[in-house]
Amino acid sequence: MVLQMTGIRKVFPGVVALDGVDFRLLPGEIHALMGENGAGKSTLIKVLTGVYDIDGGQIELAGEQVRFTGPLQAQQAGISTVYQEVNLCPNLSVAENIFIGREPRRFGRIHWSEMRKRAHTSLARLDLDIDVSAQLDSYSLAIQQMVAIARATDVGNTKVLILDEPTSSLDASEVEQLFAVMRRLKDENVAILFVSHFLDQVYEIADRMTVLRNGRLIGEYRTAELPQMQLVSKMIGKDLEALEQIEEHAREAPRQETKIIEAKGLGRTGSIAPFDLTIHAGEVVGLAGLLGSGRTELARLLFGADRPDSGELDVDGTPAKFHSPRDAMTKGIAFSSENRRTEGIIGELTVRENIILALQAARGWTRPIPRRRQDELVDKYVKALQIRPADPERLVRDLSGGNQQKVLLARWLITEPRLLIIDEPTRGIDVGAKAEIQRLVAELADGGMAVLFVSAELEEVLRLSHKIEVLRDRRLVEELVNTDDVDADRIMQTIASGTTGATP
Amino acid sequence: MTNLLRHRLFWPIAVLVVLLASNLVFSNNFFTITLQDGHLYGSLIDILRRSAPLVLVALGMTLVISTGGIDLSVGSVMAISGALACLLIGDLSNPDSTTSVLLVVGAAIALCLVFGLWNGFLVAVLGIQPIIATLILMVAGRGVAQLITDGQILNVHSAPYRVIGAGYFLAVPVSFLIAAAAVALTVALTRRTALGLLLESVGGSPTASRLAGIRARRITIMVYVFAAAFAGVAGLIYSSDVSSADSNAAGNLIELNAILAVVLGGTALTGGRFSIAGSVLGAVIITTLDITAVSVGVPVETTLLFKAIVVIILCLAQSPTFRAKVFGRFATKKAATREAVAA
Amino acid sequence: MIDVTTPPTPQRNRPLLGAKRVYKANTKHIPVLATLVLLVVMYSVGVYNYDGFGDTQVVLNVFVDNAFLLVVAVGMTYVILTGGIDLSVGAVIALTTTVAATLLEAGWPAGVVLPLALLIGTVLGLGMGCVIHFFKVEPFIATLAGMFLARGLSLLINRNSIPITNDFWTQMAQKRFRFDDGVFISLNVVIAVIVVVLAALVLAWTRFGRNIYAIGGNADSALLMGLPVGRTRIAVYTFSGFCASLGGVLYSFYTSSGYSLHGQGLELDAIAAVVIGGVLLTGGSGYVLGTVLGVLVLGLIQTIITFQGDLNSWWTRIVVGILLFAFIVLQRLVTRKAK
Repeated sequence: MVLQMTGIRKVFPGVVALDGVDFRLLPGEIHALMGENGAGKSTLIKVLTGVYDIDGGQIELAGEQVRFTGPLQAQQAGISTVYQEVNLCPNLSVAENIFIGREPRRFGRIHWSEMRKRAHTSLARLDLDIDVSAQLDSYSLAIQQMVAIARATDVGNTKVLILDEPTSSLDASEVEQLFAVMRRLKDENVAILFVSHFLDQVYEIADRMTVLRNGRLIGEYRTAELPQMQLVSKMIGKDLEALEQIEEHAREAPRQETKIIEAKGLGRTGSIAPFDLTIHAGEVVGLAGLLGSGRTELARLLFGADRPDSGELDVDGTPAKFHSPRDAMTKGIAFSSENRRTEGIIGELTVRENIILALQAARGWTRPIPRRRQDELVDKYVKALQIRPADPERLVRDLSGGNQQKVLLARWLITEPRLLIIDEPTRGIDVGAKAEIQRLVAELADGGMAVLFVSAELEEVLRLSHKIEVLRDRRLVEELVNTDDVDADRIMQTIASGTTGATP
Repeated sequence: MTNLLRHRLFWPIAVLVVLLASNLVFSNNFFTITLQDGHLYGSLIDILRRSAPLVLVALGMTLVISTGGIDLSVGSVMAISGALACLLIGDLSNPDSTTSVLLVVGAAIALCLVFGLWNGFLVAVLGIQPIIATLILMVAGRGVAQLITDGQILNVHSAPYRVIGAGYFLAVPVSFLIAAAAVALTVALTRRTALGLLLESVGGSPTASRLAGIRARRITIMVYVFAAAFAGVAGLIYSSDVSSADSNAAGNLIELNAILAVVLGGTALTGGRFSIAGSVLGAVIITTLDITAVSVGVPVETTLLFKAIVVIILCLAQSPTFRAKVFGRFATKKAATREAVAA
Repeated sequence: MIDVTTPPTPQRNRPLLGAKRVYKANTKHIPVLATLVLLVVMYSVGVYNYDGFGDTQVVLNVFVDNAFLLVVAVGMTYVILTGGIDLSVGAVIALTTTVAATLLEAGWPAGVVLPLALLIGTVLGLGMGCVIHFFKVEPFIATLAGMFLARGLSLLINRNSIPITNDFWTQMAQKRFRFDDGVFISLNVVIAVIVVVLAALVLAWTRFGRNIYAIGGNADSALLMGLPVGRTRIAVYTFSGFCASLGGVLYSFYTSSGYSLHGQGLELDAIAAVVIGGVLLTGGSGYVLGTVLGVLVLGLIQTIITFQGDLNSWWTRIVVGILLFAFIVLQRLVTRKAK
């Protein structure tokens, strides 16, 4: 055993991020760390690499108890990390990126030729033959990732290599290259900890996996012995039986009369494969899929937040091109982002100002909303959505997450949109607020508004939607009309296996 | 009392009061205001009159800073507007014609608007960092001003022009009235329309603002145009007051003083919430400081030392890391360092 | 300004692994080459149009007249390479010359005054570096405070210009290195060249130098790669402070005086020289050699204007402004292409 973590506990103010988690790594294995967002994966990695101190438990590396105070120390002890975002210096040469901080020196000065030679050798080990004196950013991301791995493993004594979502920006052939390198390192007896949201990749490369949920250890499994379906249910935290028993509201079929928006082959390279999607007035469309499956990316394309590079979009039957969110807004489309803090609320403004912002932006700065009208609108929505504290002049950053979410909803509702796109509105908020938001969505749709509802929680999607779009690996793989024979099990099967059509 | 202490204008006002009070020690008749020839006279009036250019520049700077930008070129723009005005007035057949002078003033301000558009274009369209983008005009602008005046100090004799900086209207200095009008205009523009809200929103979070449908680019260009226009008026006041255009002295270091005034007034350099009243107070404080230095008898330039200390204290007070390190408990300190490492 | 209209696009159209680089030309060299071309063109224009422009001494005089700027710009290059800025350099020159002149006037021996003068900027730079690193204050603001402080102190010491009559100083000022054909350079040039060579070597051949580039490229990554980010950053501002002080000493040789208004706006000249020399203002790319070329461009503009006779000095500023604009846009294009 190369690494053994026992009873790891990590507490942040107000949250227990890790609660008695055990984790072990064997030499020469590829071990996947699985879990939904917020399950504690990145906290565990940061604890392991010394970015965070632990509040309980112990870490043993190669039989010796260790406690790291920083990434550098962990690296010196043989734990190297390659992060999702390539953490190298794009302006330096490949060779420098591999060796900076430990450059070979002669007579006190950097021995450049030696460095280039060693960089070359080190990359050759990964089957890569490139000009190491070229600037890093003249190469593709995939090669940059390889350089990062070369840096991480060149120390010589690497016992553990952590790859934190290394494949998220690679295409299929590049992923294969990466896997080849991982297998090679595995043969050299390096233990690899692999984090990925792509289940297929995990099943292709990992020997064993550890599943976390809500900061707790769910279990450690051999990949071969855990079917994908079971893995997903362990990650989401519902037994298959329990999932099947979710109360089904037979939702009234929407009057599919007026098409509001129709996407034909709309796509954007690197974020979402071309998809077709039609949304009618009064319809709730649910987007289901794991994190990183392209849910948010799809929603952003419909709102003009990102520009598509293929396909077309019709609004009310006429072609529309959105250059900015503002263009979408004029067509009656609203979008509430999943990143409440960075893309949603503006913390230093008040609740009132946050609520009227989108409406005001649509009117332009010269036509301010009269203060009395502002107060009426704000008052109405603070009451309707039960925003607490009910003080419109409070700074929005002082509100709880659920209330911030309601402020965001209010911001869009007062623009009276015809299509409301809401991305993860119920994430990280308490049960009461969650139920209120769900009720609100249903009411809005009954009132004729179309809603595109993005959520990682299947129950929610099932309960609210008329039809469900299932995403997997950045591709829209299936559209399901939410009839009685559609249940969580059915959706999960698509999410897990990617097969469509067959019912269990 | 705590509410009063917490009010964001409390400290600027306190500093101003202390400064004014300390003048009493050195000159007994500091607070005396007399009426001579139908004009108000006295140190306080002097402060109001001499604050005018800085107040104007600080107003524009406040708007720019609220969007998270900065404008280094205001001093150069001041020099250009004064230079152009003096050049044109020198060419007038009748420099005492009010209409002609008004036309000249209009031309000078129009030129400044063009420079403002230029800055806004570099920042909002080409996406160049504001410090760097406005540095270009800061460097070249004084050259342009010298080009206009042919390197000379242009003296003009025009009664209507002189009114702008040195005249009195109803016993009150005209420059003060202009500054007051500019303040009123800015307040009306930002608080009577939705401009203030949109500015604060863009400065507070550009990403969230874009997703809320705000046309950030247009607004950004606009604030640079405002800043240049106000700087232009400030340049006219300055040049009118001395009845000449001095391309080197006009607006020298005013960009730094204006930034200081804005920061003194409680607007953070990172953008977002801004306080016009605060910036005006900041500008008056800085002018009072310069005047106080004279009445105390130390060289005016020594106030730089004081300014340095103020800037340092303000920056440290605004730095969360500093607060955490100095005032926080040991635990917070550790957390802060951790965060820094994690980031 | 954050570009809010175009979201970051993930890189596409990349070759498969093992394939050759996307493009061959080293984009880092383009700005420096552009400056070199510009310099050659300017020089040729000068030689072609003006009698006597081709004299070696004309070129050497550009060095003689700008030696102090060269030293200051080298320090500025280090700071800008890390992605920072130092506004205090002009004021530090004033403070250095004022302190040196005052102490010499009071009869202190040159052997004491010289190191003391050099220490002033170094200490101030160290202080600013610490404030920037430990308290996360913007370099712009921290060095602005430093500028106020230095200028204020020098004004406090003496408002007037103080002549320097000290023997050592006069000797240094008059020291000339003559060559066979009668051309000469001053001691200042020799010192400046030594500083340039040392600075270039340190950047290219030492870990410290490479760390500077790494920080300018991506400070967060540099931290995660285990590089001493804080130490390097503080060292860079200290070095810039030292260079400014040394520039001040050279300036006091050059003018034989100490004056609290020396070096007004010199920070802008230094920044302009660095930018024209092809150093990226956002950090991480550029060379000391580029800065030297940038200083030469500035010097040559002045020389041409002097030779032209009917052109006035303000053209310098306008031309410098235009060049700044051209190079900043060039940088934008180059970095955009690289991404």
